[in-house]
Amino acid sequence: MSLTPAIRVRGLVKRFGQTTVLDGIDLDAGRGEVTCLIGPSGSGKSTLLRCIAFLEEATDGFIEIDGEPLGFAAGPSGERMRLPQSAIRPVRSRVGMVFQQFNLWPHMTALGNVSEALVIVRGMKRRDAEARAMAELEKVGLSGRASHYPSELSGGQQQRVAIARALALEPRIMLFDEPTSSLDPELTGEVLNVMRDLAKTGMTMLVVTHEIGFAASVGAKIVFLDHGKLLVQGTPGEVFGKPRHPRIEQFLDTYLDRGAATLL
Amino acid sequence: MISWKLFSLLVYAAQWTVLYSAISISIGFVMSAGICSATLSRNRALAFAGKLYVSFFRGVPLLVQLLLIYYLLPGVGLDVPSHVAAIAGMALCTSAYQAEILRGGFASVPRGLVEAAEMSGFSRLAIFRRIRMPIAVKLTMPALISEAIMMLKSSSLISVVGVVELTRMAQNLAASTYKPMEIYTAAGFVYLVINLVLVALGYGLEKKLRWGRI
Ligand SMILES: Nc1ncnc2c1ncn2[C@@H]1O[C@H](COP(=O)(O)OP(=O)(O)OP(=O)(O)O)[C@@H](O)[C@H]1O
Ligand SMILES: [Mg+2]
Repeated sequence: MSLTPAIRVRGLVKRFGQTTVLDGIDLDAGRGEVTCLIGPSGSGKSTLLRCIAFLEEATDGFIEIDGEPLGFAAGPSGERMRLPQSAIRPVRSRVGMVFQQFNLWPHMTALGNVSEALVIVRGMKRRDAEARAMAELEKVGLSGRASHYPSELSGGQQQRVAIARALALEPRIMLFDEPTSSLDPELTGEVLNVMRDLAKTGMTMLVVTHEIGFAASVGAKIVFLDHGKLLVQGTPGEVFGKPRHPRIEQFLDTYLDRGAATLL
Repeated sequence: MISWKLFSLLVYAAQWTVLYSAISISIGFVMSAGICSATLSRNRALAFAGKLYVSFFRGVPLLVQLLLIYYLLPGVGLDVPSHVAAIAGMALCTSAYQAEILRGGFASVPRGLVEAAEMSGFSRLAIFRRIRMPIAVKLTMPALISEAIMMLKSSSLISVVGVVELTRMAQNLAASTYKPMEIYTAAGFVYLVINLVLVALGYGLEKKLRWGRI
């Protein structure tokens, strides 16, 4: 692993009006590693991910992607300066995102969803873009569904198309916000398998998940968020191994009453 | 019953009804996309201008708008031919209604779809053209078809600026043949057939956008 982390978050604060949702987050995500973000509902996991995706502007603090500041940079005397849009785009384009609700565009086929940005943003010819998109769909095992609209696909298939759509743009970092939470248990596995394969290729991944088994087996690092604060972080062994932090113990009991804790 | 000769005169005039309506509705649709995006703009002045436009053209009767265009503009030195006045009046009017319909559609586009486009690097214009617009149109298709039908029926008003369309032709024929009952019944029938075709086209279009629920 090289010196600069893929994602570096320092002193991140996010407020919505009066409520402080993120309260001074410091986080490093190693290059080529899978970092799993866990924590109770409302602890700020999605908000943190959305700040790193720049879908949400943090109230204070700094984010660096591959060592380059995202959105805001520290001025000469440490003050926070907003960067111009032209400086935000290239940094942001290194980040791909997969949403809990898939968010596939309903008026485009699977192939259209994956190829659209290649044409619109990258300026590729439609034919070339579709060839690239087809290769991406192949990787997630869905080349046979290329001409289907999202409404004609299962949830698991839709999420795999969404992963292919993000990967087609060759991001350096992939963010996942509870990618399997709106899927039936039978469909969860197929998406987790795609993510496992992706991790093996050395993709840097930051994954918000309630799938503790996945986090423990694939995650190089587990980060536990509670009330907008980063409470515990470490390897799966450190975080889940006994003795556990009492809040983690409680979290595993309360939120994972499915015997998942015993898998650890 | 009226003779085929009279009926064919009505059908001939109906061509103008269809032509004027189709042109105005199409121009109005393109305008409505611009007006709607102005209304939704973050730029306060632009948003205000959009709302003002919509309020004016929805608030003033089409008949009055047509008369204003036809009689007022020449007063300030702009000579407006009949067919231009007719199309301008109808397009301005329907664009306001269509913009309001689309605005509702835009509000219903799920936020996540726009965020997915932002993450893919789409510009704001690309998001408007490729994501928000098609989905808003799909969501509001039934309302847009209704508006087209309303417009087609309102086109009877353009006779006031000197365009002979279906209703005016029927009036002329009724006056010269003394058979108002028969002539107006036939004219109503022709309107009905045109609108049924329009409805069928609308269903066809909805079916073609087979991507279903959002
Ligand atoms: N746009 C917003 N406006 C106001 N409050 C918000 C907004 N987005 C999130 N919040 C609040 O921020 C807090 C953290 O939300 P967030 O979605 O980040 O939690 P989470 O850890 O992802 O939870 P979950 O596991 O349920 O997805 C919640 O209390 C939520 O109500
Ligand atoms: Mg969440």
